Amino acid sequence: MEPFLVVSGKAAPMLASNIDTDVIMPKQFLKGIDRQGLDRGLFFDERFLESGEPNPEFILNQSSWVGAKFLVVGPNFGCGSSREHAVWGLKQLGIRALIGTSFAGIFYDNCMRNGVLLIELLDEQIEQVAAQISLSESNEITVDLASQVISLSDGHRLPFVIDQLRKESLLEGLDAIGATLQKVKLIQKFERSHLLENPWLS
Amino acid sequence: MSKLKTLYDKHIDSHTVCTLDDHGHVLLYVDRQVINEYTSPQAFSGLRDADRRVWRPETALSVVDHVNSTAAKRIAVQPDEGGALQVNYFGENCRDFGIELFDILDERQGIEHVVAPELGFILPGMVVAAGDSHTTTYGALGAFGFGIGTSEIEHLLATQTLVYKRLSTMRVNVNGDLGFGVTSKDIIMAVIQAIGASGATGYAIEFCGSAIDDMSVEARMTICNMAVEAGARGAFMAPDDKVFDYLKDKPRAPKGEQWVQAVETWQGLRTDEGAIFDREVEIDSSAIEPMVTWGTSPDQVLAIGGVVPDPAEESDLLTRKGIQRAIDYMGLKANTPLDAVSISHAFIGSCTNARIEDLREVAKVVKHRKLFAGVTGIIVPGSTSVRVQAELEGLADIFLQAGFEWRQSGCSMCLAMNDDVLEPGDRCASSTNRNFEGRQGAGARTHLMSPAMVAAAAVTGRLFDVRQLDVEA
Ligand code: SF4
Repeated sequence: MEPFLVVSGKAAPMLASNIDTDVIMPKQFLKGIDRQGLDRGLFFDERFLESGEPNPEFILNQSSWVGAKFLVVGPNFGCGSSREHAVWGLKQLGIRALIGTSFAGIFYDNCMRNGVLLIELLDEQIEQVAAQISLSESNEITVDLASQVISLSDGHRLPFVIDQLRKESLLEGLDAIGATLQKVKLIQKFERSHLLENPWLS
Repeated sequence: MSKLKTLYDKHIDSHTVCTLDDHGHVLLYVDRQVINEYTSPQAFSGLRDADRRVWRPETALSVVDHVNSTAAKRIAVQPDEGGALQVNYFGENCRDFGIELFDILDERQGIEHVVAPELGFILPGMVVAAGDSHTTTYGALGAFGFGIGTSEIEHLLATQTLVYKRLSTMRVNVNGDLGFGVTSKDIIMAVIQAIGASGATGYAIEFCGSAIDDMSVEARMTICNMAVEAGARGAFMAPDDKVFDYLKDKPRAPKGEQWVQAVETWQGLRTDEGAIFDREVEIDSSAIEPMVTWGTSPDQVLAIGGVVPDPAEESDLLTRKGIQRAIDYMGLKANTPLDAVSISHAFIGSCTNARIEDLREVAKVVKHRKLFAGVTGIIVPGSTSVRVQAELEGLADIFLQAGFEWRQSGCSMCLAMNDDVLEPGDRCASSTNRNFEGRQGAGARTHLMSPAMVAAAAVTGRLFDVRQLDVEA
């Protein structure tokens, strides 16, 4: 997994509430058995017109926001289905972090597992960020995970909170399974007594 | 004295292999997992690439449900390339890693969250994870079920554990007798209305109160199933005698001496008197009326007597925009009475409401009635055994006589990944769980409601209060 250290780039506003994973990655892109080609499916119904042409109204198609690395989003982003395809698509399109007030639980975990940083801020902070990045001349930001700071183009620096465990795994791009398998003995020991106490579970 | 614990705490504590930090992260042991064909392929590929094995294959159950055709005549090979590819690879993975598979032609096939309980595969006290958000369903059996993504499926297959962060706890107390024509679906829709689509984000909900005690285990499953639509990452109900009766004699439930011992243990699965929840919510269920969604988020919901909201009356800008966008997508006008909205389709199906009790409710309403002219009615049983049971009870005949299509089991038009897809502009009364834009087909419009309400809409051609039909109680 690519580590997340200091990332700079454009941020695009997408502030509607409850943007769900059906909208982020519609069902016709879920029929693969690999992770390929999901950048095409991302926000498909909104990103493309019926003709297949890019929809000029969609933020990520507008020249000032093409290639954005960050999305600044509304409440409950990523709600709905558990499909990780939504996160793979975001990543393939080059999105490195999302900044919002609240994220759905499964989506949150899926992002973390793929090295996509989620930053939760207060309503008024999101308004502050959104006001800046909604203007093409000030839509560049920098996110520094190690020092937990977002820098806006007007010089403002916004600190953010993230728990240590998640921070470390993002900074190091850790293989979570490898890390857990170092605890094989502990798991086996737990399993033995758990099954002994609850024999109907074996 | 030891700390008083909620039911959620008890599940997490009894499944903690070790704690990982001071912020609630634990390595959580998972007793069972259920796997489907569409969220698992990349997990198995990951195992293959890293040359890893499955830790305890016998704790996993694989079911084909999301992409299969539900045509009345069963076909083993899916007509579309993507579906066929996923079903094939799924079979290959289950064989190579030694996991039990209910394939399309298996008489135990069905929607994973319907199949697992009816098999007795899910038991009280278990921690269960699956690559599907509606894994919360299992809370109705006193198990802790939650949805995970594909990377987590891989982690779980390889280690039998997940790196897990403890949730906050919420208790939703539902008290009061239900009115005629009001169901557990209406209760959970009212809860979502009360707390919002993200009201339980970061929480595990425990449901209790007289209304929960009074209802059947299947009805309880509907509530736990849809709790995720309020953002909950887990939903609980303390297991009681109804649960034990439901499980007894199920094929995979413990037998004999082990059953007795298990029930004794399960009786202790309740929140300690005086344990503190992070949030408490009170719902007066005697005041709940049949509910329908009007918008594109499950919290955009009203009692059937209501009217489409008017964005102009909303002071908050974001909410106003949200309402406007939803009614535009839904093709509705502000202030239209909901029961003046006509439908083109009626769909009974999904892990929320396609169990045998749901089908019985539908049959009561549509018996001696016909689908309204121009309405397409589709019934997809939650599992193949529900289908068989419904045929035995004569329900299928009632559906066919009323003009419904009577299908094989699968997720079908709940998410429209197979060929059951609505056209743009179609309007569907649906017993499912999500009314998101495009959920049942690009440009299609979904109104969520109880099975009885879907049946009422099917025979009247519009959103309709089932209490106004002459239906035997
Ligand atoms: S029926 Fe719908 S909600 Fe349930 S598992 Fe299938 S797609 Fe998911």
